[in-house]
Amino acid sequence: MLFGYWLEKEKCYFNLYEILKLVTEKQQHIVLRTENLSIGYVSKKEETIVASNINMSLYEGELVGLVGANGIGKSTLLRTLSNVQNPLKGAVYINDKNIKTYQPLDLAKVMSLVLTEPIASKNLTIFELVALGRQPYTNWIGSISENDLLEINKALELTNIQDLKHKKCFELSDGQLQKALIARALAQDTNLIILDEPTTHLDIYHKAYILKLLQKLAKETNRTILYSSHEIDLSIQLCDKMIVMTKDYVETETPCSLISNGAFNTLFPKDLISFDKKSGNFRVKK
Amino acid sequence: MLHNKTYTKSFIALTIVLVLCFFVNISLGSVSIPFNEVFKSLTGGLTANPSWQYIIQDYRLPKAFTAIIVGSGLGISGLLMQTLFRNPLAGPFVLGITSGASLGVALVIMGASIFSGILGMFLISKWSLVIAASIGSFLVLLTVLIVSTRVRDTMAILIIGLMFGSITTAVVSVLSYFSSMEQLQQYIFWGFGSLGNLSWQELAIMFLIYSLGVLLSVLSVKALNTLLLGENYAKSLGLNIKKSRLLIIITTSLLAGTITAFAGPIAFIGLAVPHITRQIFITSNHKILLPAVFLLGAIIMLICDSIAQLPSTDYTLPINAITSLFGAPVVIWLLVRKRKMLF
Repeated sequence: MLFGYWLEKEKCYFNLYEILKLVTEKQQHIVLRTENLSIGYVSKKEETIVASNINMSLYEGELVGLVGANGIGKSTLLRTLSNVQNPLKGAVYINDKNIKTYQPLDLAKVMSLVLTEPIASKNLTIFELVALGRQPYTNWIGSISENDLLEINKALELTNIQDLKHKKCFELSDGQLQKALIARALAQDTNLIILDEPTTHLDIYHKAYILKLLQKLAKETNRTILYSSHEIDLSIQLCDKMIVMTKDYVETETPCSLISNGAFNTLFPKDLISFDKKSGNFRVKK
Repeated sequence: MLHNKTYTKSFIALTIVLVLCFFVNISLGSVSIPFNEVFKSLTGGLTANPSWQYIIQDYRLPKAFTAIIVGSGLGISGLLMQTLFRNPLAGPFVLGITSGASLGVALVIMGASIFSGILGMFLISKWSLVIAASIGSFLVLLTVLIVSTRVRDTMAILIIGLMFGSITTAVVSVLSYFSSMEQLQQYIFWGFGSLGNLSWQELAIMFLIYSLGVLLSVLSVKALNTLLLGENYAKSLGLNIKKSRLLIIITTSLLAGTITAFAGPIAFIGLAVPHITRQIFITSNHKILLPAVFLLGAIIMLICDSIAQLPSTDYTLPINAITSLFGAPVVIWLLVRKRKMLF
């Protein structure tokens, strides 16, 4: 417990140092920015607002975790950020350009997705799956060029699945498949990768493995990686920033400041569990 | 793992089999013609018996070409539908294209006299059947498409296709209740499917539309491969879903609609050939699948037609029965042997 507290403190200092570095260095490139964003659904009669007044700026090379209770609107937010559904108000900017002004093919070159839904055909080999990430760059029939091949191999290497590349998707475990899907997104060669719950169905080891992998990718390839997850304790340890979604507000901060301002306490109803600041974990009330 | 090299070998082998089947198909029939005479006739020489020349050039040759067009065209449209709807049960028949065509033809054959008397009789020609079948299949496919944008569940779309089949059967029974024996017989014969009876001119027109369909299917290869990931992934890769979907559906209705119009509703081929191809080539890449389906579809159709001829007898069985009788066990055998349903 004490050790965990020390770790957290250490991490906080480290993060403070990072922030100072950020401020002193010349301003970094903002990959994803939202401006007074309101998200929700429009039905025939009325609009249902899921969350409003969302402002965030995600810089390049950042790993960002989105956390919140079930049904709070994480998926809605991700769908809005990835242009699957329209914002009710406000706007989303990618590389300082409104997402609505992008041509579909141009958007595919700056943002890639890893979704929760399974891919339609499990008969693809891993290589074919990752190669499909190059679709925005290939010609009319989808031929793989030298450069495409280079990117595909790089993606396979970064996710450490070169040995699996001739395996079919149906032969893989959930963890391996998740890595392959991340490799596919990497091959798409975008500034921003958005993942919707990449750790579901995985055991604790693979959850940590995937999130650690995402952290490594964000650092090594200088991409912005945004994911939603229920792994709050793991995310606190690994993320540069976290987005906390509650009924009342959406806050984007470093994990340390979120801990110190008590944001995690408001995540869930307090009758069953509470956030333990020292260990960065949730505890069941006895 | 299969390398491209193995694919090349398979393609060469299939092409040779196709050519063989083509010759076997032409040499078999109710009139037995020696193989060397067949070969002579095909290479432009004169046969010993002038009527053989006629049989080969004006009957068996167009029939063999029709078989190739029908087999490959239905196979390709089945492949397109299975990928578009991401459902291994899809095919032109299941989705009601054939039902639509049948309804169109039934309306022309049996409905024309009820609705418009003399004008109706005038309407019943080969061409009016062709046009009715095309319009019918296109309308049904369009309806299924519109519905498919409303319901996300692919199983629902299949059920809707089956419902169209039921509606067709119902309308046809109402029509047949009011129509004469001759009309009924004409409709039933159309329903048997037939590869023969096409003149070179009709064959040329069918070939023209079919070629357009094949060309469009080649153009949709990239979209089809992207759709293997599912629609949301395809969208995130910059694919214009609406445009691609329309392209694929137009391609299918051109191929399946035209073939059904000229050759009648040929069951089974559209559903089975893509599966047989996937089992042999073990891939989902449409760059490989499309030409493979083309070759296998043509081969299977030629074999079915050869069987339907009941060589050396005077009988010709309905091609529709043969495709299912011969093809269904093949698919069952493949699935049982390989155990893995590839899609």
